[in-house]
Amino acid sequence: MANPSTVTVPAPGRSVWDGGVSPMNASYGKLMMWFFLLSDAFTFSALLITYGLVRSSHHAYEGAVSAFKFSQAYWPIPEKVFASIPFFHNVNAPLVFVGLMTFILIMSSVTMVLAVEAGHRMDRRAVEKWMLWTIIGGLTFLSCQAWEWTHFIHGTHEGSAVAEGTTFFGANLRMNQYGPPDFAAFFFFITGFHGFHVFSGVMLNFLVFYNTVTGVYDRRGHYEMVEKVGLYWHFVDLVWVFVFTFFYLV
Amino acid sequence: MAHVDDAPQVTVLPPDTAKIKKLWTVAGILGLVTLLEFGIAFGVPHEMKDLRVWTFILMTIVKAAYIVGEFMHLRYEVKVLLWSILIPMVFVVWMLVAFVYEGMSISDVRP
Repeated sequence: MANPSTVTVPAPGRSVWDGGVSPMNASYGKLMMWFFLLSDAFTFSALLITYGLVRSSHHAYEGAVSAFKFSQAYWPIPEKVFASIPFFHNVNAPLVFVGLMTFILIMSSVTMVLAVEAGHRMDRRAVEKWMLWTIIGGLTFLSCQAWEWTHFIHGTHEGSAVAEGTTFFGANLRMNQYGPPDFAAFFFFITGFHGFHVFSGVMLNFLVFYNTVTGVYDRRGHYEMVEKVGLYWHFVDLVWVFVFTFFYLV
Repeated sequence: MAHVDDAPQVTVLPPDTAKIKKLWTVAGILGLVTLLEFGIAFGVPHEMKDLRVWTFILMTIVKAAYIVGEFMHLRYEVKVLLWSILIPMVFVVWMLVAFVYEGMSISDVRP
């Protein structure tokens, strides 16, 4: 019997086909998060592009912007629809509230990336602090969205005439005072789908925060979970950047 | 005597100030571009529709590049990973072109 220390065994992973090689130099979890996000990007693209199709298939408003009135005959100008802010009645503030929401989400993305940076340094207290700020940012965004939806559904005081000749206030999935029925349907679908992503992101952030506080990642020896959930959270911010442009600005 | 300490020995490194500064710079750029979008939304008249739309799209792509490149760290990943994420996006571009073209054709025949 040969001495075990002198036996030569072929080293595993010598050939690229033997496994144990990571050509993308990223852990399994991170890689799978990236490809999940790619598929999620397809889903959101499909929603936004279909919005583009339906919008461009409707007539655009032709007259002067200052004289704009809601009508079923053409697609509304978004800034005329989203022109309200909480606590200020009858104040015309186009896009101000949605701009604030954009700012909140960008800020929560920054606090998230700071949590990831702190995780690289194994700094538990800093991760706790930045994760908490991220969660607060996410919850604030969701609250803003709840207000925006409520306002959109209840509508303005004037309402607007619909095809049957009656006045309709606010919006549901079949009718709305702002324009063609599809307008409200897309609003609910796109911002709703994004809002659900924010919601699940807040849940995941809370899970990471909880695990950080209880020292799970200290025992594990790394804070990679913060990075993976961070990727998801940045993606949610990324989608909002596109929703903001294509639903509210254009 | 028999003090059992199962707390893991963790060495906390000092903050990487250069990196943190860079992250705040990126945040500042994102905020600035958003403000600029507001400026265009209310400064450039609606009659110049094409100019508005294309500027908005360009600025959105700039913001997206900063978020994906810096915050999601994709710029610093291995090139294979970068392209595996970016190349499939050509499907999205094609879908956009095809669908919007289709939509405009429908609008031409709509009463």
